[in-house]
Amino acid sequence: MITLENVSVEKDRTPILTDISLSFGEAGITALIGPNGAGKSTLLHSMSGLLTPTSGRVKIDGHDLASLRAPDRARLISLLAQDERVTARLTIEDLVSFGRWPHHHGRPTAHDHEVIAEALETFDLISLKSRLIASLSGGQRQRAFIAMAWAQETPWLLLDEPLSALDPRHTRDIMDRLHTLSRPGPNQRSVIIVLHDLGVAARYADRIIALRDGQLVTTGPKWLSMTGTMLSDLFGTGLSVAEIDGKQTVVPA
Amino acid sequence: MAKIRFLCLIAVFFGVCALFLLWQLRDPKALILSLRLTKLGALVVVGAAVGAATVVFQTITANRLLTPGIVGFDALYIFLQTMLVMTLGGTGYATLPQLGQFGAEIVTMVVTALLLFGLMLRRGTEDMLRLILTGVILGVLLRGLAGLAQRLLDPSEFAIVQGASFASFGGVDKTQLWIAMVLLAVTLLFAMRLSRQLDIVALGRTTARSLGQEYDRVVLASLALVALLVAVSTALVGPVTFLGLLAASLAYAFVPTWRHIYLIPAAALIGASILIFGQFVFERLLGLQSTLAVIVEFAGGLLFLALVLRRSPR
Repeated sequence: MITLENVSVEKDRTPILTDISLSFGEAGITALIGPNGAGKSTLLHSMSGLLTPTSGRVKIDGHDLASLRAPDRARLISLLAQDERVTARLTIEDLVSFGRWPHHHGRPTAHDHEVIAEALETFDLISLKSRLIASLSGGQRQRAFIAMAWAQETPWLLLDEPLSALDPRHTRDIMDRLHTLSRPGPNQRSVIIVLHDLGVAARYADRIIALRDGQLVTTGPKWLSMTGTMLSDLFGTGLSVAEIDGKQTVVPA
Repeated sequence: MAKIRFLCLIAVFFGVCALFLLWQLRDPKALILSLRLTKLGALVVVGAAVGAATVVFQTITANRLLTPGIVGFDALYIFLQTMLVMTLGGTGYATLPQLGQFGAEIVTMVVTALLLFGLMLRRGTEDMLRLILTGVILGVLLRGLAGLAQRLLDPSEFAIVQGASFASFGGVDKTQLWIAMVLLAVTLLFAMRLSRQLDIVALGRTTARSLGQEYDRVVLASLALVALLVAVSTALVGPVTFLGLLAASLAYAFVPTWRHIYLIPAAALIGASILIFGQFVFERLLGLQSTLAVIVEFAGGLLFLALVLRRSPR
């Protein structure tokens, strides 16, 4: 269960988020949507505990994030930020192995190696595991970073625009994997993801959180909240939700 | 692979040390050996300190073109020397107790660096770029002030300042060297203890913090460590700007790993080996035709240009 109580964030005295309160506990995929500058990334960072709100508080699974120690928090939530740049000479396997750091602090156990192997397999990275990060394409690189966050084995996985540099094939590939992994099963995770592509949100999300100008517009199950009227109002342009080949998508009205 | 190459570096290091100490060793052997040992000690301290400091600095700034020199250490050192000569005069400067001067220089440089880091990083380590830019501007300001003061000096005093502005490995005081060696050993041990955390810090601020690493604490500890390493080296022999870049770049190229437990000592060994071998070539083969510091700076400067031109800064 994630709960935000009157969360506000200011940067240089400019309000970025204003009085956000929401709560949900279901697993699955939650999409954070809204126009540019709505405060989506700030909200995601507040939910991760890496950004302390100016006021209000965030609770995850009963823990107040502000009072959690960093290593404990890292076993509860993993966050993949936008455009992470790494100068170190890392292979994919090295990078994914870092996901286990909160659990072993430099002394990996047999279980850590199992989880790393599983993450590499889940994200189809086995054949690439010895390749250097610097030599990868955008899609491979993003898969590797998501696999690292996945290997962290946290109940909550937060992703900040992980699809921004990807073509439709890689977008679909990653979202299909996240969708499968967020379904009930032994490794089920709750995924919260900032999305710009409303078509992707319409197709894959179970729940949406819509923001505009730092304020919560709506939150709830996708089927209830994601309507053409709400989206048109949110983005200030005519949009409608359509069904093509049995899959939902968003098209210009 | 990294382990084997690291062992090769250790072998190279001891090889150049032996070459430096034993090449054409004539009578009185004990005296010559003792003189060579003192010089070797200074070369090792400076090379190792600057090499290790640069790897740590490049990791926390996530930029492999930067050296700690960019935050104005060299300029501060030259400024301090100029002010000392200006206020005490040439004779006063020459009669300063060397140990006191050495200690005061280390303390001044570390305190200034920590003040700068502390002020700049009050809002957290997101402000790393601001820290670097402030360091650059501070360096320019101090160089400007030193330049102005140098114009007011008489030519003999000016020559003293000029002499102190380039690293010199001859005539290092033994007591200072011992202190520097102890400080270096303690700081390097501390750096090795931080090496695992630095591996995580190298992933970037958000990723490192998401992995539960207390990023700001590690970065501040690393900056303090860099300040101490550079201050010890500069106070001992004078400024060497590009040696660190040379040592760190060769360490990344020769020991292909992300593990700081290898990278830090590798850069230290390479830095020391470059200086020892360079000094050997100039002193024994070329008959002191040039100054080692000038050539190291020249080679480091060329490498810097090559790195800048080869790829966009990361």
